Amino acid sequence: MKKFLISFMVLVSIFMLVGNVTAQEGKYAIIVKNAGNPYNEKEMDGFEKAINEIGGEVILKAPAEPTAESQIIMIEQLITQHVDAIAIAGNDPDALQPALKKAMSRGIKVLSLDSAVNAQSRMVHINQADPEQIGRVQIQAISEMIGGSGQIAVLSATSQAANQNTWIEWMKKELEKPEYDQIELVKVAYGDDLRDKSVSETEALLKSYPDLKGIIAPTTVAIAAAGKVLTDRGLQGEIELTGLGLPSEMAEYIKNGVCDWMYLWNPIDVGYLAGYAAEALVTEKITGNPGETFEAGRLGSKEVIQAGDGTEIMLGAPFRFDKENIDQWKDVY
Amino acid sequence: MVNNSNNGITLNREIKSEKEFSLKKFFFQWEWLLFLIFIAIHIINSQLSPYYLNTYTLLDATMTFLDKAFIALSMTFVIIFGDIDISVGSTIALASVIMAVLYNAGLPMPLAILVCLLVGVIAGFINGILIVKFKELSAVIVTLSTMILYRGIAYIILENQASGGFPMWFNFLGWGYIKTIIPFILVAFIIAAVIFYVLLHKTTFGRKVYAIGNNDVASLFSGVKVDKIKIIVFTLNGLMAAIAALFLTSKMGSTRPNIASGYELDVIAMVVLGGVSTSGGKGRMIGVLLSIFIIGFLRYGLGLVNVPDQVILIVIGILLIFSVMLSNLKLFSNKS
Repeated sequence: MKKFLISFMVLVSIFMLVGNVTAQEGKYAIIVKNAGNPYNEKEMDGFEKAINEIGGEVILKAPAEPTAESQIIMIEQLITQHVDAIAIAGNDPDALQPALKKAMSRGIKVLSLDSAVNAQSRMVHINQADPEQIGRVQIQAISEMIGGSGQIAVLSATSQAANQNTWIEWMKKELEKPEYDQIELVKVAYGDDLRDKSVSETEALLKSYPDLKGIIAPTTVAIAAAGKVLTDRGLQGEIELTGLGLPSEMAEYIKNGVCDWMYLWNPIDVGYLAGYAAEALVTEKITGNPGETFEAGRLGSKEVIQAGDGTEIMLGAPFRFDKENIDQWKDVY
Repeated sequence: MVNNSNNGITLNREIKSEKEFSLKKFFFQWEWLLFLIFIAIHIINSQLSPYYLNTYTLLDATMTFLDKAFIALSMTFVIIFGDIDISVGSTIALASVIMAVLYNAGLPMPLAILVCLLVGVIAGFINGILIVKFKELSAVIVTLSTMILYRGIAYIILENQASGGFPMWFNFLGWGYIKTIIPFILVAFIIAAVIFYVLLHKTTFGRKVYAIGNNDVASLFSGVKVDKIKIIVFTLNGLMAAIAALFLTSKMGSTRPNIASGYELDVIAMVVLGGVSTSGGKGRMIGVLLSIFIIGFLRYGLGLVNVPDQVILIVIGILLIFSVMLSNLKLFSNKS
C-alpha cells in the first residue's frame, strides 16, 4: 500500500511541475515546423517581439517532429483555447486545410508564414522574399562558383515543404536558360530539416555522384549539415556549396571557404511581420484582400498583394552573406 | 480427449481465481491504478487550463488521438501472443496512398475505401503468414521487414508527392459530429471497442489467444490451431490499420507516403501502459481502453497549456517506465 501511495504521489507531482498559465486579452499563437530548428526559433522570437509590442499574449508552439499530423493536434488545442489568431509555418500545404478551416469557422484569424498553406486554408501569407528571385539567384550563384559547368544537386527540407518546392521549381526554370547548358541537376535530396538525415543525405550525394561539383541547400538545416560534411572531408574548393543559411551557423564555413556566399532574409523579421499582420487581421485593419495596407512596427507600411490564387505580404529581397559581411551578422541571428 | 484437457486447464484457473478473490486484490489490479491515473489526469488538466473541463473540449479532444487507438484494440491481441507488429504505421501509409491514387484515377470513393481496407487485410495477412511459416524469425524482425517494405511501396507509388481531393462526405470520418457535438470517430471507436472486448473476453477465440500467449506449444498439443489463430489476429491488425488510415486520411484531407510515421510506437505504448505484458499471456482490454484515454487526454491537456511537445513526450515516457516497473511488482501480478 505504501509503495503504491508513494508512486502515485510521484506521478501527481510530475504533473504539478508543469507550469500554470493564466488567461489574458488578445491571444496570438504561432506554430512553426518543428522544435530544435534555429531558423524556426528566430521566427518565434520575432513573432513574440511583435506581440509584446502590441501588448497581447503570445503562444509559441513547435511540434517534436516536422509532420502535419502533429500540427493538426496543435491547431485543435489552439481552437479550444480560443486564441484570436494562428500564424503557421505549414509542414504540408494541403493536409492542414480541414483543421485550419475549422479554426477560421470559429472566428480565428489564420495566416501562414515562411512555408505557405494553400489559399483556402489561410487569410494571408507572409512571404520572406519573392520566390522567383530566391530560386533564380541560387542557380546564378552556384553557376558562378563552379565556373558554369558540371553536376549539381539540391539538398532540401521535406518533400512537402511548400516554400522549398517553389524555389526548386524556379531553380529548374532558371536552369533552362542556354547559359546553363553545361550544368546538370542530378538530384533533389530531402534531409527533412533534420540534422542527422541532412548529413547522411549529403554523404549519399557525394557517394552516388563522384563528379558532383556543387550543392544548393535552400534550407538552413541542410546547408549547415552540408557545410559540416564538406569541411570534415576537406572538400573545400572541390565541391561548392550555396543556399539559404543562418549567418551564426554558417560563419565558420563561409570563412573556411566551403561556402563562398549564401543568401537569407532575416527570420526574426519574418516572425515580426507575421505578428503585426496577425494583429491587423484581428483588429480588422486588413481582411487579407489585395491592396490593403497596415503598419508593421519598425518595418513600416506593408501591403497585401495578390499571389497565385491567394494573397501575400512580402518582406523584401534575399540578402547576400559572404566573407566581407558575415562577421557583422553572425551574432545577430 | 485433447479438447477436454484444455477445458480442464481453463476451468481450473477460473475456480482458483474465484477462490482468491478479496477486496485487497480487487484494489490492486492494474486497471484500478489506471483508473486512478485517469481521474488524476482530469483533475490536474482542469486545474491547469480553464478550457479543459467542459463537454465540448473533452469530446473534441478524442478526435486527436482515436485514429491510432483503433489499432491498439487489435494490437492487444498481438501483444498477448507475446508478439509485436511494428508495421502498422507503414500499413496505414500504403492503404491510404493506394486509396488516394485509385480515387484520383477515377475509381468511385466507396470502392476506393473498400480497396483501402483490402490492402490492410492483405498487408496483415502477409505478416501473419511470414510469422507462422518462419518460426525461427521473431515477429519484430518480420514486421520490421514489412514495415520497410510497405512504406517503400507507398513511396514508389506516390514518390514524394501528396494526393487528395476527396469528396466532401469523406471529410465526415475525421471531422464529422453526430448530434452536433459527439465526434463520429468516438462513436465508431466505441463500437469497435465493444466488438474487440467481446472477442477477447467472451469467446473461445479470445481464450485461445490467451492460451497461445501463455504457452503456444502446450496450446498446440491441446488442439488449438495456433497458426490459424495467429494469422487471423495479424490480418485483423492490418484491417484495423486500414481503418485508422481512413480516419487519418479524412482528417488530413490528403495523403502522402510519409503519413503516420511513428504511429506503431504510439500504439504499442498505449497497449503496454494498459497492462498487457510483452512477454505474453497477460492483460485485459479494459486496461488498454483506459490507457488510450490516459495518454490521449494527457497529451491534449498538456498541449492546452502549451507545454512544449518534447516535454510532453518526456512525461509520457516517464509514465511508461513507471507503469512497466509497477506492473512487474509482485503486488500487481495476476499470479499469487
